[in-house]
Amino acid sequence: MRTAVSRIVISLAWALACVGVLAAEALPASNDPILEARVMKISNELRCLVCQNETIAASHADLAVDLRRQVREMLQSGQNEQQVIDYMTARYGDFVLYRPPFKALTALLWIGPGAMVILGLGTLFVVLRRRSRLGDAAFEPDDKDAPQDPHLS
Amino acid sequence: MMKHVRYLVHFGILLVLLYFLRAGLSLNPKEVPSPLIGKPAPAFSLPRLDQPEQRVSLDDLRGQVWMLNVWASWCVACRQEHPLLVQYAKQAKVPIYGLNYKDERAAGMKWLADFGNPYTASIADRDGRVGIDFGVYGVPETFVIDREGVIRYKQIGPLTPEVLRDTIEPMLKQLNS
Amino acid sequence: MIPEIGHFSLWLALGMALVLGTVPLLGAQTGRADWMVLARPLSYLLFFFVAFAFACLVVSFVGHDFSVRYVATNSNTALPLPYRIAAVWGGHEGSLLLWVQMLALWTVAVAAFSRHLPAAVAARILAVMGLIAVGFLLFMLLTSNPFDRLFPAPPEGRDLNPLLQDPGMVIHPPMLYMGYVGFSVAFAFAIAALIGGTLDSTWARWTRPWTTVAWMFLTIGIALGSAWAYYELGWGGWWFWDPVENASLMPWLLGTALIHSLAVTEKRNSFKSWTVLLAILAFSFSLLGTFLVRSGVLSSVHAFATDPLRGQFILAFLAVVVGSSFGLYAWRAPEVGIGKRFGLWSKESALLGNNVLLVVAALAVMLGTLYPLVIDALGLGKISVGPPYFDAVFMPLMAPTVFLMGIGPLARWKNAELPAIALRLRWAAGVAIAGAVLTGVLAGEVRLVATLGLVMAYWIVGSVLTDLWGRLHPHGMDWAHAPTRLRQIPRALVGMMVAHLGIAVFCIGVVMVKTYEVESDVKMLVGDSTTVRGYTFTFDGIKELQGPNYVAAQGQMRVTRDGHPVADLRPEKRIYRVQQNPMTEAAIDSGLTRDLYVSLGEQVEGGAWIVRVYVKPFIDWIWYGCLFMALGGLLAVTDRRYRRAAEAQ
Repeated sequence: MRTAVSRIVISLAWALACVGVLAAEALPASNDPILEARVMKISNELRCLVCQNETIAASHADLAVDLRRQVREMLQSGQNEQQVIDYMTARYGDFVLYRPPFKALTALLWIGPGAMVILGLGTLFVVLRRRSRLGDAAFEPDDKDAPQDPHLS
Repeated sequence: MMKHVRYLVHFGILLVLLYFLRAGLSLNPKEVPSPLIGKPAPAFSLPRLDQPEQRVSLDDLRGQVWMLNVWASWCVACRQEHPLLVQYAKQAKVPIYGLNYKDERAAGMKWLADFGNPYTASIADRDGRVGIDFGVYGVPETFVIDREGVIRYKQIGPLTPEVLRDTIEPMLKQLNS
Repeated sequence: MIPEIGHFSLWLALGMALVLGTVPLLGAQTGRADWMVLARPLSYLLFFFVAFAFACLVVSFVGHDFSVRYVATNSNTALPLPYRIAAVWGGHEGSLLLWVQMLALWTVAVAAFSRHLPAAVAARILAVMGLIAVGFLLFMLLTSNPFDRLFPAPPEGRDLNPLLQDPGMVIHPPMLYMGYVGFSVAFAFAIAALIGGTLDSTWARWTRPWTTVAWMFLTIGIALGSAWAYYELGWGGWWFWDPVENASLMPWLLGTALIHSLAVTEKRNSFKSWTVLLAILAFSFSLLGTFLVRSGVLSSVHAFATDPLRGQFILAFLAVVVGSSFGLYAWRAPEVGIGKRFGLWSKESALLGNNVLLVVAALAVMLGTLYPLVIDALGLGKISVGPPYFDAVFMPLMAPTVFLMGIGPLARWKNAELPAIALRLRWAAGVAIAGAVLTGVLAGEVRLVATLGLVMAYWIVGSVLTDLWGRLHPHGMDWAHAPTRLRQIPRALVGMMVAHLGIAVFCIGVVMVKTYEVESDVKMLVGDSTTVRGYTFTFDGIKELQGPNYVAAQGQMRVTRDGHPVADLRPEKRIYRVQQNPMTEAAIDSGLTRDLYVSLGEQVEGGAWIVRVYVKPFIDWIWYGCLFMALGGLLAVTDRRYRRAAEAQ
């Protein structure tokens, strides 16, 4: 009696173990993960036009899904990233690009920060140097460097 | 006095900023103007909504000035402009073609039956590709296309009597002359 | 009845604010002590009436009073209690009330902790805060009344946006507003000093703790917002350079600059007019942020739905506040002296260099945020400026800033000997480079940008350790006395070190996650598994769940590593019953060195589910870093000299 039951139990255990082995390594969601990665990279730079402020990569909107499909098909047919960008801007204008193209219109935008750093640090340098040339009279006297307040050192 | 002039720079920047912010209040940050104005309409060939065996293509429509109205049965704002279109179609001499965008045939036909059909014909863009080619991003949208197939105007959102009267009518008159 | 009482209370608050904003100010100008002395009690009254109104709104929400329009649009009978309270600040009108509440709170705090200030100074400061309150209360009462009634009252509310039904929602706006609004204190101090002509190092010493606390709250508020976006929005990102995010970052950058500038002014009585300008700018950018978020001028996921009329009001307020501050500044600032002398190469100039870089960073963010608006207003078309731009521009700006961070603390006041500093820092530099390369090797791949980022982070750590060593062993190694010396380091300096380390931790988090994050998108049937970076994710199926106001499909995900169980993750796809929108709730297992992030996609034919699995190395360091920064601020503010001053009161 007991041996029959234990035999059934053991066979069941084996059967379950086999099922465990049969449960597979999950397949990639898309047929071509490398292509998909390229699609996502480009989609992350394109604006979803029906959303408040999202990329077509992140958005679930219908138009976003359609545009991602468009990107995928273009890449599959051998077109490169620039061609995809051109395709989108031909239809939707530069507004669809999260990376503003560098042109006369956006020159100030792209050059601005660098120019401001140079201007800012330059101005600081000039002002500080000019001050360093002033006579002591222009400044407040140092209180004989009283034991420096350690909290401020 | 000269010392004070430097501080005027701050004021200047503030005023410029305020000017632009004020201007921004009357702009719509989400409206996407079409880069296709003045460019040829994209080629297309789509089945008619009512008779799917028949197709309509851009070439078929050359030689006339026409309007393309993008609509769908699921589109709430389309209901808003539709009576205006129906009425306009009755008296206007310009053919209006409908682009049934990402819709089911049965739902589209029923919608037209319920609310009126101003279209010379409606064509079915099931997967939205032609819409993308036209730069459609929201529904409804309306295009005015001239004899050579060049897009002359795009209306984003529902048509209004003012737009029809003040912008589209004069344009149609001019294009037809 | 309660909404009407709340509404009335707001009018009373406005009355208090009007008196507060005028009488003590005039009193300070004319020397009338009896008018000046009114400032404190008026501040308390202002706070009382605002708090009372706030309480009325909370009661309306908790009690499901849908006859109040604002409650009806933001709540629902099925909404759980904590979110009913949080819903108070879920929309425009209520969040404005929160703004005013925070302002009243800061006003009362200043009133309570200002006894060491001369009467005229305290009166002016409180009066300025009263005037700001006048502006916001008027705005609320005239255009955005949270107590507007809706007749007939609907039986059910529209529900709070499900995205906001989250613990992060409860705490993020209050923290953020404490920070935003807190800069009004530094602003008020600056205006008071300009009016009274009392701009000096004592003024800087008074202003510093207030600024630091506001900065602390803003840091926490921004960090919470970022963390919330990360775990709530389901796409795994934590910062999008969205206009509303930028609106909070700009005051933060300026506030950071202000904290450092105040140090120079306090120590050397120098660059006073620059510091005052910064104080004005920090709060101005807070106001600008308020405008951007509520006017509809920029397209953003976070923006409140509002109308142009409200935008016009805030714009007018902005113009008045900033315009008059600039006017006052232009009139008074030229008379301010240039303080004590310091050399071209000194701690002072390092701090000022830091200032320039931070201000430029804030201006760069503003440039990117407003450029599309300017182009559109000029009729030149429409462009977008998004993360690719900001990332490209902001990172390079941070590099020199971080470099300076390593040098500044080691520099002496008045005159820094650069060669000596370079000598002290040479091993920090070496370790930074070596450590960065080594980290890349250990992570599996050395990448240039990542290495540069890590060099920056390790440079800060190296500098802090160098600084610490110098304080523990000033004259050669002396471990015997080190513990005593450690205890003697002023808390303010410990705070600085901790805050700087926070930046390093933050940088490490950003670099590691951006460079070494791995993603796997798979189709999973029950029993399927996928392995990412050594972690095995096994799908055990879907469970149907009923939440308090939603239904959900909950994925059962088991994570193991080398056979050992690591976590059970339960990503969900929810449908909220009222607004019928689908929401993805990602499941995250947070760890010190990595996050495991799983989100559920759609179900496809065959019954399989699309599942997105991420392993994000060190991502939590981004927020740990912010916490360190805030902790540093807290340490600095609880320094002995402030505690002494508080006790002396």
